[in-house]
Amino acid sequence: MDAEITRLKSYRSSAAFRLGPRSVLPAIVIAALCAVPGRAGAMERGPRGDVQAKLGYCMDCHGLSAEGYHGYYPIPRLAGQQPEYLENQLRAFAEHRRTNNIMFNVAHSLSPSMVASLAAHFKGLNPGPIGGGPHDRVGQGRAIFQDGVPDSNIAACSACHGPEATGYGEIPRLAGQLYPYLINKLTNWDKERGQIRSRPDTSAIMSPIAHSLNRSQIEAVAAYLSYQR
Amino acid sequence: MRYGWLKIAILAAACAAALAPELRAEALAVRNCNWCHGGAKGYSPAPRLAGQRPLYIEKELLSFRWHTRDNPFSRQYMWGAAANLSPETARDLAMYFSAQPTKAASDGDPGLAAMGENIYQQGLPEENIVACVACHGPNAEGVGSIPRLSGLSFAYLRRRLEQWAEGYHAAAGPPMPSIASKLPPEVVAALASYLSFVK
Repeated sequence: MDAEITRLKSYRSSAAFRLGPRSVLPAIVIAALCAVPGRAGAMERGPRGDVQAKLGYCMDCHGLSAEGYHGYYPIPRLAGQQPEYLENQLRAFAEHRRTNNIMFNVAHSLSPSMVASLAAHFKGLNPGPIGGGPHDRVGQGRAIFQDGVPDSNIAACSACHGPEATGYGEIPRLAGQLYPYLINKLTNWDKERGQIRSRPDTSAIMSPIAHSLNRSQIEAVAAYLSYQR
Repeated sequence: MRYGWLKIAILAAACAAALAPELRAEALAVRNCNWCHGGAKGYSPAPRLAGQRPLYIEKELLSFRWHTRDNPFSRQYMWGAAANLSPETARDLAMYFSAQPTKAASDGDPGLAAMGENIYQQGLPEENIVACVACHGPNAEGVGSIPRLSGLSFAYLRRRLEQWAEGYHAAAGPPMPSIASKLPPEVVAALASYLSFVK
């Protein structure tokens, strides 16, 4: 646990270093907010109030039931997601193993116990999928997901992600994920994940598979998954 | 000869109907909308529409008709203005305004713009304030029914952000009522200043 905290502290200091003077401005704003009694402090304090406030913050982008949101960037569904996967990804954002400016800022402000509370909450949510994929590709996508593409040496997705695409442990749930998000991830896999070459992570498992899938196959699988409950 | 005026009227109506929808929308916009929305310098309670997302304009015109956008100026001006708009006219107007070139309003406080940009791009995670860029885009251009924010005036942006916390626009649905009601006045002023300088 101590090691974890030390690591987290080092993310924070490295973050401040990397952002340079830009990070000073929000710090000033935060200091100003904290100096005014009854504003920032008006929210319920204590561990439970903090978790509730942070959940509200997550859901401002990820949707009221964490079903995801079609913003300028597709914002992924977190509902029903595997807690281990969420914790892994938040660490990856904070360590710059997975590049995403927005989530980097979010991740390095979260303590490990906060991440655990948030992840447990999301696991328990089960809203319907907001879909978004073309219906006419669902059949082809189901075939690829359940059976793979033997001619191209593409394994069945269901082998790791489960027959219902609900994931397991560090392997993410894909059921109900946003269509544009899935396409975006699968087509940019190596540009976004596993960015510290000297420290390969679990993202290396998907890398060759994401490469083997062509655009049409990616669209089909994404369409299928975007409607899975 | 007795029906001469009638022939002229019929001819005029036929000409009007034959006008391309974009020309009709332009004529309508210039005649009606631009009194408040057009080229106003300095303070104006009416937002700029140039370059606005067409789906957003259509959605707002409907919300005026349904009285779900309910702040005082909407009640006073837009409820009446949108009351008799057909869906086709709303769409034509939306297409017309979305195609107009954008321009920065530049009426914010330049001293607050850097802070505003920082909050826009990164949010304030410690204060549970999300980064605007996730939905509104890197240049505040908006997408789909999510509005463009660049080109809007400081005065409009600040008032709009304050109004969410006052309970107006609640029918717009998540997430803006929740996000905006967390913003303290300093943050609102910084965001509105920054956005007023973005084209």
